Amino acid sequence: MTEHLAALQVVIPLICAPLCMLVRYRDWSWIVALFGSWSCLVISWLLLQQVMTGGIISYHMGDWAPPLGIEYRVDTVNAFVLLIVSAIGAVVTPYARESVRAEFGVNRVYLFYTSYMLCFCGLLGVTITGDAFNLFVFLEISSLSSYVLIAMGKDRRALTAAYQYLVLGTIGATFIVIGIGLLFAETGTLNMADLAERLADKPLSRTIGAAFGFLVVGISLKLALFPLHLWLPNAYTYAPSVVSAFLAATATKVAVYVLLRFLFTIFDVKLSFGVMPLDSILLVLAVIAMFAASAVAIFQPNLKRMLAYSSVAQIGYMILGISFANVNGVAAGILHLFNHALMKGGMFLALGCFFYRIASVNLDDMAGIGRRMPWTMAAFVVGGLGLIGVPLTVGFISKWYLVLGAFERGWWFAAALVLLCSLLAVVYIWRVVEVAYLKPAPENAPDIEDAPPSMLIPTWILIGASIYYGINTDLTVGAAKLAAQQLLGAG
Amino acid sequence: MYSYLVLRVVAKLLMPFIMLFGLYVQFHGDFGPGGGFQAGVIFAAGFILYALIFGLQNASRVLPRGILRFGIALGVLLYAGVGVYNLLVGGKYLDYNVMAQNAVHGQHLGILLVELGVGITVTSVMVMVFFTFARHRQTKGDDQDGGSRPL
Repeated sequence: MTEHLAALQVVIPLICAPLCMLVRYRDWSWIVALFGSWSCLVISWLLLQQVMTGGIISYHMGDWAPPLGIEYRVDTVNAFVLLIVSAIGAVVTPYARESVRAEFGVNRVYLFYTSYMLCFCGLLGVTITGDAFNLFVFLEISSLSSYVLIAMGKDRRALTAAYQYLVLGTIGATFIVIGIGLLFAETGTLNMADLAERLADKPLSRTIGAAFGFLVVGISLKLALFPLHLWLPNAYTYAPSVVSAFLAATATKVAVYVLLRFLFTIFDVKLSFGVMPLDSILLVLAVIAMFAASAVAIFQPNLKRMLAYSSVAQIGYMILGISFANVNGVAAGILHLFNHALMKGGMFLALGCFFYRIASVNLDDMAGIGRRMPWTMAAFVVGGLGLIGVPLTVGFISKWYLVLGAFERGWWFAAALVLLCSLLAVVYIWRVVEVAYLKPAPENAPDIEDAPPSMLIPTWILIGASIYYGINTDLTVGAAKLAAQQLLGAG
Repeated sequence: MYSYLVLRVVAKLLMPFIMLFGLYVQFHGDFGPGGGFQAGVIFAAGFILYALIFGLQNASRVLPRGILRFGIALGVLLYAGVGVYNLLVGGKYLDYNVMAQNAVHGQHLGILLVELGVGITVTSVMVMVFFTFARHRQTKGDDQDGGSRPL
């Protein structure tokens, strides 16, 4: 079966989704989802091992040879992203059981798992496919199901948030499909490897330039690059806790991967960063994202919204790394994909634990929570240290390589800005620490226990991993560097 | 609408032809224009016409929500299941060549089943969307919960 792993990676969640719908009794659909997400983790781990030792895997769907048939193509870059997505899925699903039961009507639990599996399937599909149009189809699967997931939030504003995301996400998807269409018109192929080959032979025409523009803007909308991030804060704030954690840790990461794929594999680096002035555009936008979003995060009373703005800032770091267009910079971007998924996923899960106990994630309601829910709060703080970039956390590793990349490029000011921006993270994390630990709990506060173990353990797995991979960087840095070399070498 | 005799008679007359045409588009899709998606829409249009003329109550007696929900899932499972069957008998995912004694038969059978899956899901989803909106409209006012009724 090992030769079919690439197909099974997408097929298993695709089959689990309708199964979740058929077995309506809530725990059964949860078990199906659990099976789906865990087997995907195993598959993605095996795929990464195969790729690191044996090179690129190419799987021909229906045995139709590429470039005509759809090809699934796994190299180090997407094997790593597959591992991120499926690992987050595997951690979030066990957590979901309690949290979803508390936040959804009992009747709607199976609908959650169905959409969740579809979203999971779409994200994995976007990552694994080697066909540009197939990528668009999977992008739509994941986006449509994430609109549904967000709309399931308890707060009625979830509906408008989902609608806003739907409108902007559809505009982004349209831009992407227009870009792919223009490339198809110019080259007559949709296979990514074939596209890259044919584009390399062609002089820059207006069609290719327009395709490049549409694709970059469309993907930037999906990954919430400043100033196209407006859908993100509302969507993450009003979505159910599990959904915020899952989407924050995976959806934007997959979009960053798509950007990497188009900029480096399909278009030439010389086109992306030489002919087109994309490096300075991305640099400016990334820096504004880092500072503006961090500054806004400081003033948010709602912690979910604070983390959402912080996500916009962290996406800025990833894009900053990509804008350096050298091995260290791109490796830092890819590394931060992984690291940020761990930290932010863990922190959103911690917020979900608070919501489970006190039904609020407003800063005002969290006075003294550090003593009432010590384990959850500790997880939140450790994740926050990672966001700041304290040594021995993953955040430090990302920033270290980011600074190396900046020096290699000769943009020392960018390195200074990265460090300066960390100070803003200190401010917004400290606000929470101050309220949670230093303020006394209100007199009439009900006695609460810490979150149940089925929620606390997944939270701590992610937070623990963010420490582990801050100390032992063999896997992450190794894979990220190899991926960056492949991306830049291919260009 | 129930009292308009002409509409009722015409709708009843049209119904078998709509269904027959749906079947034709469904199973002729591998030779000519058509296929599961188009056929599914035609089938669903038939049911929606029935619901418009004879009321939502009668229509949901013909196609209860449980069956629709089952249909939505079944179609996807059929599609994905064909692919898995191909894996099990030694081909690539969705490689229909291995499904029968020779490649031509295999391709034929494979696309027929896959399109059938598409047809079932599209019909069920279309009718479900219509029922959901129609019922929402009927119960508006006393339904404080808005559109959050479960499927």
